[in-house]
Amino acid sequence: MFSYAGKILRVDLTTGKISTEQLSEEMAKSYIGGIGLGIKLLMDNSKPGTDPFDPANPIIFATGPLSGTMGPTAGNGYAVVSKSPATGGVGESKAHGFFGPDLKRAGYDAVIITGKADKLSYLWIDDDKVEIKNGENLKNATVSETDTRIRDELGDYYIRVSAIGESGEKLCRFAAIINDEFRAIGRTGMGAVMGSKNLKAVAVRGTNDVNVADLDGFTEFVKLIHERMKGPATKKYKTLGTPQNVLVLNSLSALATRNWTNATFEGAEKVSGEYLNEHYVKKIVGCATCGMRCDHIAVVPEGPYKGSTSRLEFECLWSLGPLCGVDRLDAIIEAMRIVNEYGMDGISIGVVVAFAMDCYEHGVITKEQTDGIDLSFGNAEALIEIIHKIGKREGWLGNVLAEGVAKAAEIIGNGAEKYACHIKGLELPGYDLRTLKTAALGFSVSFRGACHLRNGAYSPDVKGKVNRFKIEKGRGKMIVPDGNLYNVIDSLIVCKFSRGTYYGGMDDLSNYYTLATGIPITSAELTLAGERIENLARLFNYREGKGTREYDTLPWKIMNTPVPDDGPAKGLVVNNEEFQLGLDDYYVARGWTSDGLPTVDKLKELNLSKYADMLPGGKD
Amino acid sequence: MVRPQDRKFVSADPDKCVGCVVCEYACSLTNEKTFNPTKSRIRALRMGPLNNIAVACRHCEEPACVAACPRDALSQEENTGIINVDEEACDGCTWCISACQFGAMMMHPQKKVVFTCNSCKDQEDGPQCVKWCPEEALTFVTAQQLAQKSRISAVRNLFQEAKE
Repeated sequence: MFSYAGKILRVDLTTGKISTEQLSEEMAKSYIGGIGLGIKLLMDNSKPGTDPFDPANPIIFATGPLSGTMGPTAGNGYAVVSKSPATGGVGESKAHGFFGPDLKRAGYDAVIITGKADKLSYLWIDDDKVEIKNGENLKNATVSETDTRIRDELGDYYIRVSAIGESGEKLCRFAAIINDEFRAIGRTGMGAVMGSKNLKAVAVRGTNDVNVADLDGFTEFVKLIHERMKGPATKKYKTLGTPQNVLVLNSLSALATRNWTNATFEGAEKVSGEYLNEHYVKKIVGCATCGMRCDHIAVVPEGPYKGSTSRLEFECLWSLGPLCGVDRLDAIIEAMRIVNEYGMDGISIGVVVAFAMDCYEHGVITKEQTDGIDLSFGNAEALIEIIHKIGKREGWLGNVLAEGVAKAAEIIGNGAEKYACHIKGLELPGYDLRTLKTAALGFSVSFRGACHLRNGAYSPDVKGKVNRFKIEKGRGKMIVPDGNLYNVIDSLIVCKFSRGTYYGGMDDLSNYYTLATGIPITSAELTLAGERIENLARLFNYREGKGTREYDTLPWKIMNTPVPDDGPAKGLVVNNEEFQLGLDDYYVARGWTSDGLPTVDKLKELNLSKYADMLPGGKD
Repeated sequence: MVRPQDRKFVSADPDKCVGCVVCEYACSLTNEKTFNPTKSRIRALRMGPLNNIAVACRHCEEPACVAACPRDALSQEENTGIINVDEEACDGCTWCISACQFGAMMMHPQKKVVFTCNSCKDQEDGPQCVKWCPEEALTFVTAQQLAQKSRISAVRNLFQEAKE
């Protein structure tokens, strides 16, 4: 078994016990790595009903089979998996940059961390030497300070650090884990799970070789992908970047604005990718081993936030901009910078602030409750102020909002839940689902909550392949193949920005896998692995009481407040009838029951029979 | 006999380098037949997202590493300027590492002797990091060419009409 390390590290922060065990070839081939391996380890290493903040909830750092190789984008990733404090189901997120390859070179396919340290600590993985170090002096340190201070303390500039900021320590339910300054394990609150374990950071130095099975074949394949990366498949990411979506979505009445009140934004030009690149982007940099580059580094040249520097992608630009009605890029860049420093999910934070603004404008929360901040839509200064409060859990509102929109709405009451835009407890990403209805269906069935990256269901809508104003029969079936593919991508940990370079789809990916690992795999087997991961995640959610049809929902506003903007989309909502039709269609296509659960036969087909007695009636 | 100003070395353009470390992987692939940046003869460094550069041996005229070596383990090739390490003679004392102002001399993690860029002299098409660099930030150049490049860009900046 090449390119895998063949080893899993276990760390118990309560007892300080550190041990390793083998990764079997069967496990590797069945679950690939990344989120697949992570979800499998989560399922088998946790008891049903464990609170996400209970020390017994494991948090798993997993590399992919290609991490540490020269594979472009797949060479540089890692994933984090745990039970999510946002959703109560599967939490998972991936990040690229430089951390993942060092973890692989240190000799690990996965690290399973359980327990809780008695004081703030960090984990130091120096090849096979693993230590739990005192991190008390890092209390409330920003992500970048933590990174710098740990590297100083350990005396090696090239050590890679994956850390939480103040918000993770304070158990903000959408806290992120961040490596290499701005690369985030962003979604599903993984940073808060670290915080609950008193684990400030994982620092790693890996110096071992990573060898592939067929060095010449692998090198040729990498050369081919590098060539393709120079072509049209990556052009968007290398030029305007994802912020190009601002004007595209705006023209489609799909740019969610002022907390899904409007579907177009009058200030779109001022926060467009075009404007950003012309006035703010200083350089586009890249991650380890990548033949493309996408990190648009924006610097504010003048004004109150002069010098503020941050990487900016569409999702966070949108959540901190149009969604809050803010049309000032200088404030958006500064907001993004501090969100990274507190260590928060850049999508969720914007949705949380927009939720608060919506509540404020509707009189659900008062100026007294905001500590005097005028939380009107469009107030850029208020955006920055409230982010600081949430990051520190300061004041009544800051503390409540750090719980995420679902729980915050429960605490606030007074009808606030109508303004809370989330699915399964995870805040919605940047698409107006009233006008992109395949996406609406795709987001609702995602096992980690509202997500555009679990099945890419926005793609047929945006590309005009379907009537996006309607959910029709067949739409559920349509999103299944990409759902499986995305599970494979996130288990190989290929960056989704580069997915267009794998022209051959699963054929390319299976070839890539075999060249590296030496484990033969067909594209059909790889597709099956993607399906296995989807079903296992669904089962985990079911085990935790969250896996059935009633949890595949859409936010109230998406189903009840018609698009007010003039144009072809005017008056649209997702109605319940079409939505239920879509769910039925999807469950049938997945081979699931009408309650959205895998059948015993389906589990057998996927080699998951050992979990069959979890199903209703499965014990008979 | 190659004139000193005509000796070639690997140089990174800081405006183009994005810190992707593809050069490090290309180097370890070529020279060590594995993937391991700690065995790379060129190392990239990022200080804040905007400041990226890759550094390799510059084949100095009066190489401080050679002068520093107490065991005569280092020597410079006359024609290419490449620093050769006599792996039998080197005892890993690291004087040469202290002496090099560029951090281009390093300790090999397994062989326990120092190592540095050999310009991929065994490769027909020259340094492989240069071939692989996705940003064309690396070039295999002479001191002469570097100076010319700077002058050309200075003149372009000065005279608008000379701009491309």
